[in-house]
Formats: sequence, C-alpha cells, structure tokens
Amino acid sequence: MKNKSLVAINDLSKEEIVKILNLAEEFEKNPIQNTLCQKVVATLFFEPSTRTRLSFESAVNRLGGRVIGFSEASNTSVAKGESLKDTILTVANYSDMIVMRHPVEGSARYASEISPVPIINAGDGANQHPTQTLLDLFSIRKTQGTLNNLNIFLVGDLKYGRTVHSLLMAMSHFGATFTFVSPNELRMPDEYKIYLEEKGLKFSEQTDLNENLDKADIIYMTRVQKERFSDPVEYEKVKNVYVLREGMLQNTKENMRVLHPLPRVNEIHTDVDKNPKAYYFPQTMNGVFTRMAIMSLIFGLE
Amino acid sequence: MIQKKQLRVSAIENGTVIDHIPAKSLFNVITILGLHKFDNLITFGTNMESQRFGKKAIIKIADKYFANDEINRIAIAAPHAKLNIIRDYTVIEKRVVEVPDHIEGIAKCVNPKCITNVEAVVPKFKVLDKISVSLKCQYCEKITDQEHMVYL
Repeated sequence: MKNKSLVAINDLSKEEIVKILNLAEEFEKNPIQNTLCQKVVATLFFEPSTRTRLSFESAVNRLGGRVIGFSEASNTSVAKGESLKDTILTVANYSDMIVMRHPVEGSARYASEISPVPIINAGDGANQHPTQTLLDLFSIRKTQGTLNNLNIFLVGDLKYGRTVHSLLMAMSHFGATFTFVSPNELRMPDEYKIYLEEKGLKFSEQTDLNENLDKADIIYMTRVQKERFSDPVEYEKVKNVYVLREGMLQNTKENMRVLHPLPRVNEIHTDVDKNPKAYYFPQTMNGVFTRMAIMSLIFGLE
Repeated sequence: MIQKKQLRVSAIENGTVIDHIPAKSLFNVITILGLHKFDNLITFGTNMESQRFGKKAIIKIADKYFANDEINRIAIAAPHAKLNIIRDYTVIEKRVVEVPDHIEGIAKCVNPKCITNVEAVVPKFKVLDKISVSLKCQYCEKITDQEHMVYL
C-alpha cells in the first residue's frame, strides 16, 4: 500500500484488508503514536461531512501529523470555476497526502491518476467510500471476534446505498450469508446478486424488517435518502417503513450488534440507543483507528 | 469475365473496404474513424440487404490502410465488421475486427454525474462483454451498454 492511493474497496486484496484491521487494532490499544510526524495531510471536502472529515483529522492529529484543508468548496477557488485537476495539482504541492470527498462520481480515481501524492477517497458521489467499509469491517470483527461466516442483514436503501454495496463486496472475502431487507423500489441490484452467486455465497431477500431478526449477527441499517427518489410520492411511501425499535431486538442473538454508517434520520428509533446491542456510536470511534492504520500504511509504516 | 452481380458502391483500386457494418452504426463508424476529416476518396452505401443484419452498410476508403489498433476502435459499434484490403482491384487480405479489452476516448460514459462528463477527462472503459458490447467506466464504475452508447 506504500505511496498508493485508496480509491475503491476492490483496490485492496483480502490480505491487505486484514493487515489494515490488525494495525487498527494496535492503534486502538496504543492510540498515541508518531507515525505521521512531519507529515501534512490535506482534507478536501467539496461536500458536507461530520464523521469522515473529523475522524480523519482526529487520526492525523493523534499520529503527530498536521492537517490543512477545507470543509466546503464555497470559500475556495472552486467557487470561481477552478477545475478539480487544478485544485489537486495545487494542493499536492502543499501536502503529503490528500483525503477528498467530492460529489462527482469517479473524481477520486481521476485525482489519483493526476496527483503526485496519494489520494484517499472519502466518498465520490454515490460511487465509493472505502474507508467507511474498512471501519465497518473493523466494527464487525471487533464485536463478533471474527469476520468469517456471519449472518449479515442489510436494511434500507440497498439500491443506491454505496456503503452496503462496498460492504457486500468486502464481506464476500469471508464467506458471509446476507439477508437483504428493503422496499421493492430499493432492492439490491442484480449485479451484486450475480456477484454473490458467482462466489457461491447465500443470500435472501425480504421486505419485512421484523422477519428472521433472531438469525442476525449484524443488522446494518441505512438511511433511505430522499434525494435518491425521482418521485417524491415514492419516498413518502417508504420513508417510515424501515424503522428499528428497541422491542424488535428482544429475541435477537446475544452477540448481535446494530451498525449504521450515520447520519441516521429516523430509521433507528432513539430508544434503541441505550440497548447494549446498539453499536453505531462506538462504530464512529473505530473510524479513527481504521483511518490511522490506512494513513500509516500509505506512509510506509510496516 | 464480366461480373453478374452489380456493385452498388463502385470498386476501388487501392484501399480498404469495411463491410458488414450494421446500417444503424454507419455514422458511428465514420465518427470513430474520423473519416469526415479525411481527404481520401470515400464512398459508402447503407441499408443494403444482409442475411445477418437485416440492413448493413459498407464503406470504401481509397488509398488508406488501417493499423489493427486503429481499426479495432470501430469494434464497439460494429463488432462483426469485415475488412477487405484491396490492391490493384484485388482483395489481398481479409481481416475481422476484434473487440479490445479496454477502450479509451471512443464513447461517452452514460452517467451524467461521472467525472468524464464534468471535466475534460478522456473516458476509459473496461469491456465487460465482447458480444453485446457493454463497457464499465474506469472512473465511476457505471456500465454503458450499446443501446445507450454515444460516440465522441
């Protein structure tokens, strides 16, 4: 991974994923390190973010590096019409690594082709968000003790949700069984089902969130995003259907944990928050350790 | 010997004949090869009867021979095209086009939110299916199929 960009989860082999998770575990035990000493990391957020940007910046600070960047493009030359290419070629002169979130799909791959410094994709539109996937994997492994042969329930917007697609691809290395829970309008696209079939992995689909929850090791909730619907009537129909409530967790397995990439709107009722099976806030913490590991490996730490 | 079959597009002395182009793809092939910028004598015919395609088109380009990677660019529009290399009114070689594994700068990505449609970035694709010709964008990873293909 040394000096390489991280654009998509498929850029990483299974071995590289495990290496990142192992190093993240080390950082969790000893979070104050100097692996990024003398390094400047630029965080370019052309789109809003709370967790991704702050956890990257927290990770850099904890590792002794410095951060420059912006959290909205409106106070930069992008507002004057500067191209992504010119922005990247400029910022690459000021930093040793660029962490970028951009609304245009494929922007991160393009940036990685033209940038002299490594690019970490912190989300390119609806396309890829690999560090989210890695922190999800870290959270799953930490709570279950393994990544192998787990029952993963993916709930909500399975059609457009980039996090569920990337998680599915990554978990397929480890022999998972999937249950897809979504409204008919937002079902998992065929290309992912074909991918699982080719890998010989089992999956089932259901529209009722209450069904089979006792079989789950992980319930991965996602937000049904209003902006994904071309027809607002369709959105109104489904927006309150997939709400997880505390009572629904009663018969779930002891080891089961609820994950969510956040932000949530109302798909997890706040009464779930106090249940020990709710794991979405510790999950955000894991984002710091995972990003510490990713950046350290790109900067050449063995 | 007098040929009984009448040629609908007149013969050329030297050059290349591209045959078995689906009629609907004729102008795409012209665009991809940039024939509209050529000074050579070019004749073409279209909507000719073909057992394989229903309607086919043919292009004859005088005094022009194509390199393999140059001609293979048309494969996404005309995967079954056949080339006849002509010297002195005689076919000296027949070639078929080959759909390449990767294509660059020929077709546009179907995704309006793709970086290739937002900034001056040359589209690059991995060819997923060489028969139906579907292309996976190397940037946004969306798939462009033949039905939605727009040529640059």
